Amino acid sequence: MMNINMYEVSETNKMIEHENLDVRTITLGISLLDCMDSNLEVLNRKIYEKITTVAKNLVSTGQEIEKEFGIPIVNKRISITPIALIGGSACKSPEDFVTIARTLDRAAKEVGVNFIGGYSALVSKGMTPGDENLIRSIPQALAETERICSSVNVGSTKAGINMDAVRLCGQIVKATAEATKERDSLGCAKLVIFCNAPDDNPFMAGAFLGVTEADAVINVGVSGPGVVKKAIEAVRGKGFEELCETIKKTAFKVTRVGQLVAGEASKRLGIPFGIVDLSLAPTPAVGDSVAEILEEIGLERVGAPGTTAALAMLNDQVKKGGVMASSYVGGLSGAFIPVSEDQGMIDAVRQGALTLEKLEAMTCVCSVGLDMIAIPGKTPASTISGMIADEMAIGMVNQKTTAVRLIPVIGKEVGDTAEFGGLLGYAPVIPVNEFGCGAFIDRQGRIPAPIHSFKN
Amino acid sequence: MRKCIVTVLGKDTVGIIAKVCTYLADNGINILDISQTIVQGYFNMMMIVDVTAKDQEFTVLCDELAKLGEEIGVSIHCQREEIFEKMHRL
Repeated sequence: MMNINMYEVSETNKMIEHENLDVRTITLGISLLDCMDSNLEVLNRKIYEKITTVAKNLVSTGQEIEKEFGIPIVNKRISITPIALIGGSACKSPEDFVTIARTLDRAAKEVGVNFIGGYSALVSKGMTPGDENLIRSIPQALAETERICSSVNVGSTKAGINMDAVRLCGQIVKATAEATKERDSLGCAKLVIFCNAPDDNPFMAGAFLGVTEADAVINVGVSGPGVVKKAIEAVRGKGFEELCETIKKTAFKVTRVGQLVAGEASKRLGIPFGIVDLSLAPTPAVGDSVAEILEEIGLERVGAPGTTAALAMLNDQVKKGGVMASSYVGGLSGAFIPVSEDQGMIDAVRQGALTLEKLEAMTCVCSVGLDMIAIPGKTPASTISGMIADEMAIGMVNQKTTAVRLIPVIGKEVGDTAEFGGLLGYAPVIPVNEFGCGAFIDRQGRIPAPIHSFKN
Repeated sequence: MRKCIVTVLGKDTVGIIAKVCTYLADNGINILDISQTIVQGYFNMMMIVDVTAKDQEFTVLCDELAKLGEEIGVSIHCQREEIFEKMHRL
């Protein structure tokens, strides 16, 4: 094989140094199924022991890989089996579940990961008492812990939408906002409501390890909006063919780095490799924005007419380029469009170019959903449930993952800014349609699965 | 063989190659290939080296080279070859 040349070396290093190329996360999935116990104290001890044993070397191994390959690995994280299943037998009340949240937080701190995801319940068709207790414990759990991420899957293409869970989740989002109101309702930034949630997603806040997964598994999430933006600057004014080819080639290169890191981490930790998630994940850093890619494609501001089409194209090319670069692709794999974590999106909201309705349209063609959007704190729980239901319907009908991570910022109005800090960024509070949907949300039961789910 | 890429970037000055090569030789690291250019007074060098004989930890080598770079006034990076190979070769 021909030796690597100087041009190639400098291209890679330029991506890393100037265009924010990084591996966004190595997420170690840990199954807690073997920790189940009917005694709460024993359960907590087993959970703590399993996590701190399996993940003992995760952070140091990540740091070694970073140094040897010269590629930043921004986050080292853990995803676990949904806690509603693990605690179902031992936990008789929401408070019992909160003890598990504290244990998880302690374990996360012990092994040095910044987030642990899987304080979750999967209730797309119905809720067990355990599921309901866990969901009701979320506000307190997120208020009392630092590193826990929570998610609830309330719908799927196969099962339909559990509207009882949607109604409850609207109230829970609101209660979480109240419980963390001193920190601009930060708790809600760690709570995701899903439809068709994947079992192997490495990205927070929605990561958990599904029950179909192995005992431990390494999943990796790549990033690289800055690299894509820089690459397509070179084809400004050119046709779609060249534009698409450029995105695909760039996505391929970015994903190969993820695959390499995943393979190395798996080898060094002695834990099987699961998947690489091909998502374009922005950060608030300058030049690390998905919105800027869309603007480079030709939109004056993200949110302008044409945005949905440009995003659909971008999302598809990223997948096409990335798929060949990795032996197993999974997770969410697409472009993320969080508002608070993307400077271009924040600017577009501020200028009135990007509205909630346009964001909803954009979620039809990319992963994941209404993500990191600050809304007025006075928004009623039923309206939040209505927004969740809309997003779940998009996921259910289009056989894709959709999610809602809304932050009703208590005490703030449209025009104010909510500050979350770090990778979570900040967001201008966006207006919400003030017409109600209470009578719709108050109906009991579930929305049946769509006709095209019957593929058998 | 375990190949690494050493890159040296910075303002040109006397003895950059000599100092880097001396360090590599002292540590039993064989140089397989060198390319070097000077663009507008900026020194840009890439070396492919074999670190098989190096018995210390690879990360220590990275640190020492970075430190040497600081002494000379250039930036020196040492990375495993695979990151470039994976990205640029099918």
